[in-house]
Amino acid sequence: MAEMTSAQRDAYWSKTSRLMWIIMVLWVVFSFIIPAFAVQLNQIKVFGFPLGFYFAAQGSLISYVVLCFWNAIAQNKIDQEFGVAED
Amino acid sequence: MANQTSKSFVDNLGKIYGVYAGSFVGFVILLAILEQMGLPNKIIGYSFVFLTIGVYAYIGVLSRTSELSEYYVAGRVVPPFFNGMATGADWMSAASFISMAGGLYLGGYGALGYVLGWTGGYVLVGVLLAPYLRKFGQFTVPDFLGVRYEGNTARICGVVVLFCASFTYIVAQTFGIGIITSRFLGIPFEVAIFVGLLGILVCSMLGGMRAVTWTQVAQYIILIMAYLIPVVWLSIKLFGNPIPELAYGQVLEQIGELEKKLGILKPHAAAYVDAKGQFSWVEFNNFWALTLTLMVGTASLPHILMRYFTTPNVKDARTSVGWSIFFIFLLYFTAPAYAAFAKLEVYTNVIGQNINALPAWVQNWSQVGGLLTIKDGNGDGILQLSEFIINQDIIVLSMPEIAGLPYVISGLVAAGGLAAALSTADGLLLAIANALSHDVYYKLIDPHASTMRRLVVARILLVVVAICGAAVAGTRPAGIIQMVAWAFSLAAAGLFAPLVLGIWWKRTTAAGAIAGMVVGFGVCLFYLIGTRYFGMTEWFGIRNISSALFGLPLAFLVTWAVSLMTKAPSQDMQDFVDSIRVPKGELHWVAGQAHE
Repeated sequence: MAEMTSAQRDAYWSKTSRLMWIIMVLWVVFSFIIPAFAVQLNQIKVFGFPLGFYFAAQGSLISYVVLCFWNAIAQNKIDQEFGVAED
Repeated sequence: MANQTSKSFVDNLGKIYGVYAGSFVGFVILLAILEQMGLPNKIIGYSFVFLTIGVYAYIGVLSRTSELSEYYVAGRVVPPFFNGMATGADWMSAASFISMAGGLYLGGYGALGYVLGWTGGYVLVGVLLAPYLRKFGQFTVPDFLGVRYEGNTARICGVVVLFCASFTYIVAQTFGIGIITSRFLGIPFEVAIFVGLLGILVCSMLGGMRAVTWTQVAQYIILIMAYLIPVVWLSIKLFGNPIPELAYGQVLEQIGELEKKLGILKPHAAAYVDAKGQFSWVEFNNFWALTLTLMVGTASLPHILMRYFTTPNVKDARTSVGWSIFFIFLLYFTAPAYAAFAKLEVYTNVIGQNINALPAWVQNWSQVGGLLTIKDGNGDGILQLSEFIINQDIIVLSMPEIAGLPYVISGLVAAGGLAAALSTADGLLLAIANALSHDVYYKLIDPHASTMRRLVVARILLVVVAICGAAVAGTRPAGIIQMVAWAFSLAAAGLFAPLVLGIWWKRTTAAGAIAGMVVGFGVCLFYLIGTRYFGMTEWFGIRNISSALFGLPLAFLVTWAVSLMTKAPSQDMQDFVDSIRVPKGELHWVAGQAHE
């Protein structure tokens, strides 16, 4: 461990955990909650796509790409804030 | 490339692969011109298969190495962008490339569970596992279990799960390679499997992870071009829109109208309906169960996790997950467009037509054994929907003909399918052989083995596992696509809980993790075998491709309960966990544990 006090380490990990939970909640929303309403969403049409179908075929996939990059960027910021980013 | 990956090679990757992609496009154009001048189709098929395998072999030989860290983790120099491409190829198999669009054609909304399940898992990989496993910085996934759960019991449990999941998967891939090679070379399936086997081994044997990494990047470039070109071309032709993912909205509308006209009960876009078009809770439950199983399986399959051992540092491992999902996304969000285009073509130009006047692609494919069957049941000379039976593997393979493209594009698609199957087989093979050579041979049998000896053992095991995989695939075991889904269930139920809890919950004890693995994996295996071979009733109507649904929560529950009943891990172990949670700094090794 680089020069990190126990308190700093806990603060670092609680920030990291918070980011993890936020992303996990969004992951559940896009993977399970929205698809659960596919029947209702399919009533709405956008550019010919029934919305429920669109989410499962494209919308949620786009969200996964965004979530993965967002995780990388946000976690890097946390690392820098606590001075534990790699050189 | 010298024995160690040189800096100038890594710096010039963009240029090297740019020239490679350009040359490949040039090669396709050249063949297209030759085709117009009368080059026979058979030669075109041969050129694609042999040229691409030749290139992979060349990269494989160039990347030979006698360094352990080069062999096991590609020297940890793979930049995130290129590791993303390699992971994409590692991930997308013959099933993704050839069968998925066809599955969507046949299954409509129901098959989107595969699309979600095979992409969403990367969020779990990137957030929960990859950066920490990279910080851990050893060679294999069982390595982590062995160190975190202090001993060989956990390591062996990990190896067993890894072997069962990856071997099931590799049999399916070898099967796919056999089919493509035999179709485009015109040789018997059993011979084709062994030609394919040579293709796999030549990429991985001399250079291990290093060779597999750089061939996988090359394979990704070919497979993504092969997948996108036909469907983009068709989209331009039909709608003047080069982005098929946008154009197929109109197609879905037209399909909806045609379905009403043709009296189809189960609409393409309707969610959670049974064959009669009624909402069904069984379909609903199976949809999310499959999605969950495939996602968690993604985050537990060692051939994927070990790709993130190869990046230079923790930060790059995270970014690399982003690139991986991006490169995978390119194929997955195109697959539903393939399905929609094919369905529109079939509903407008095939069904209801005079049987003697069907489009050329239907006639061509109906001559290939059993893939497309046309039977005029009522003898009226008009093709009804029920008289037209199509195999899901045809959709991607026949798209070039549906779009009226020259044969050279069919050859390109074959090369893409082959790249997809070879790259996944290579990754899996390496995951299994590395676990056997590193975790079993080196860690358990002969901890004093020299580097030379370890590499020799690793290579022998690679060949042995490959031959076993091919031998099993040669018997054409039933339900091969199902076997792929089984691999995901087994990995998810056996490995996810000990990996995630080992990082995120310091209180997890060795006894807890081992009990969790045994129970999770055991219940999953019991459900699989029971429902598949012994006619056991399905629990809550959940199909056995999602059998991790029962093993997975049990694994967490048992790990949690047993951990609390046993003595907390030592302070040393807790410090070790602290040290893998932070990107910077040395690892805090528990006294007495050997490491690289």
